[in-house]
Amino acid sequence: MSAPLLVLEGVHTHVGGYHLLHGVDLEVPAGELTLLLGRNGAGKTTTLRTIMGLWRASAGRIRFAGEDITARPTPAIAQAGIAYVPENMGVFGDLTVRENMLLAARAARREEDLDRARLAWIFRLFPALEKFWQYPAGKLSGGQKQMLAIARAIIEPRKLLLVDEPSKGLAPAIAANMIAAFRELRERDTTILLVEQNFHFARQLGDSVAVMDDGRIVYRGSMEALARDERLQRELLGLGRVAQAS
Amino acid sequence: MSAVGASDAPLAAVPRDWRPVLLVPALAFIALPLVGSTSTWVTLTVAGLAMGLIVFIIASGLTLVFGLMDVLNFGHGVFIAFGAFVATSVLGFMGDWTASQSFAANLAAVFAAMAAGMTVAAAIGWAFERLIVRPVYGSHLRQILITMGGMIVGQELIKVIWGPLQIPLPLPQALRGAFLFGDAAVEKYRLLAVAFGLVVFAVMLLVLNRTKLGLLIRAGVENREMVESLGYPIGRLFVGVFVAGSALAGLGGVLWGLYQQNVVPHIGEQVLVLIFIVIVIGGLGSIGGCFVGALLVGLTATYAGFLAPVVALFSNILLMVAVLLWRPQGLYPVARR
Repeated sequence: MSAPLLVLEGVHTHVGGYHLLHGVDLEVPAGELTLLLGRNGAGKTTTLRTIMGLWRASAGRIRFAGEDITARPTPAIAQAGIAYVPENMGVFGDLTVRENMLLAARAARREEDLDRARLAWIFRLFPALEKFWQYPAGKLSGGQKQMLAIARAIIEPRKLLLVDEPSKGLAPAIAANMIAAFRELRERDTTILLVEQNFHFARQLGDSVAVMDDGRIVYRGSMEALARDERLQRELLGLGRVAQAS
Repeated sequence: MSAVGASDAPLAAVPRDWRPVLLVPALAFIALPLVGSTSTWVTLTVAGLAMGLIVFIIASGLTLVFGLMDVLNFGHGVFIAFGAFVATSVLGFMGDWTASQSFAANLAAVFAAMAAGMTVAAAIGWAFERLIVRPVYGSHLRQILITMGGMIVGQELIKVIWGPLQIPLPLPQALRGAFLFGDAAVEKYRLLAVAFGLVVFAVMLLVLNRTKLGLLIRAGVENREMVESLGYPIGRLFVGVFVAGSALAGLGGVLWGLYQQNVVPHIGEQVLVLIFIVIVIGGLGSIGGCFVGALLVGLTATYAGFLAPVVALFSNILLMVAVLLWRPQGLYPVARR
């Protein structure tokens, strides 16, 4: 395992009167795709939001590339090299696909300033974006919005991508397309922390896995080991119970 | 790798929704047979457009402030009032210029009043945001109470500086009177107000649609958290928009004061209801909607004032109800809302 790019040490998060994270310890190795799994309400999204500074950690420390970012405001965290794709995708529906991309490219003031080679690569990953380049993002399908959200996160080189449930609501063909895109990103040494509930989607991607429950990390290991061990899947993710129920 | 639309060529842009814009000429043409005389109709229409465009200038900043930071600023009227009162001082000081028969000298005096009114309103807007609005982010009830309180304090300050009485604000010499187009008399100043309003609208469209700053503002209106996650500090953007919106209200105050030809300390309060109607009709946070809404409000108030003075007082409320029955989120709703 390579050196960690992101380290969470005993992170607690309170939102309103609720204590959501209870001392999260997590390491995200550089250049790898780490999966954060867990049941609904386990604290996965809260962990990503806390890393981004959208919710403040009430205790503990978050280090990114060796620097303490715990108390930094969200824009400063993004400027340090972290891109965030929220669960609701966060695309700007009134802006066109082109405008969404231009906004995400902080260094570009006009479309001509966008890195053409990188844009060509993104269009190869997600051809639909080229087709709908001048379209308002609000008129795209759910899958296309997800493509745009991820494309926006990689329009400029970032050190770390935080992606929240990219498979949610996607048709199987689009999910397969998304898996291929994440694999290609991983091959380009992009570090990714990906939150996922869909284990069948997740098992095709991850190098290492962390599982959360009740605001804590309850398992850390390789995806290979978790994918082999059905008892562990049943205990940590409730997969067996879901299967029985269905 | 396969993907949706992989082999298809890029599609053309989606056509704009022009139906709300068409309401403006539709309203004007419906009014024509009701007014009866074409010349009177032309006079009323130009007056309505002038009023609408002044209201647009004032309301545009407020709608952006609401869209960006979800702030209900009931104190917006104080920027209007300061703009108008500063204009009385500047135009009074430049009495020789305003009394001159030279159109250029008159215009220079009006521009000076506008520049001063905007500067003072912007400075007050900056202080207003820091001292009054910033502590109450996230709480609408507190925002309403404290910004109304801020407006009352501002009005009292105006009384201390300029006195409590109405102050006349006569038009400069060359801007008085009307042009005659056949039998239709169109006041010179109203044409000038229309021109100013259109220039402000064009500049705003240019900034919002053709610059990165404009992109940020439009995106921030829709989802400010995501704008921050992309690495842009929205707090600074908000202060900038708040100050610019206050300056526009100051400009609107100068134009409104000259339109009324007198100013009172509660001049801003008088138009505040119209402004809120405009931003609700337009769609909260939408500049295009604010523009169309302001024109509809200006025309409705003017036609109703002529045709049925009894209903003029609530004609714009009826307009708002009609628009919201058609489009409950306003004419051009912002995606998030």
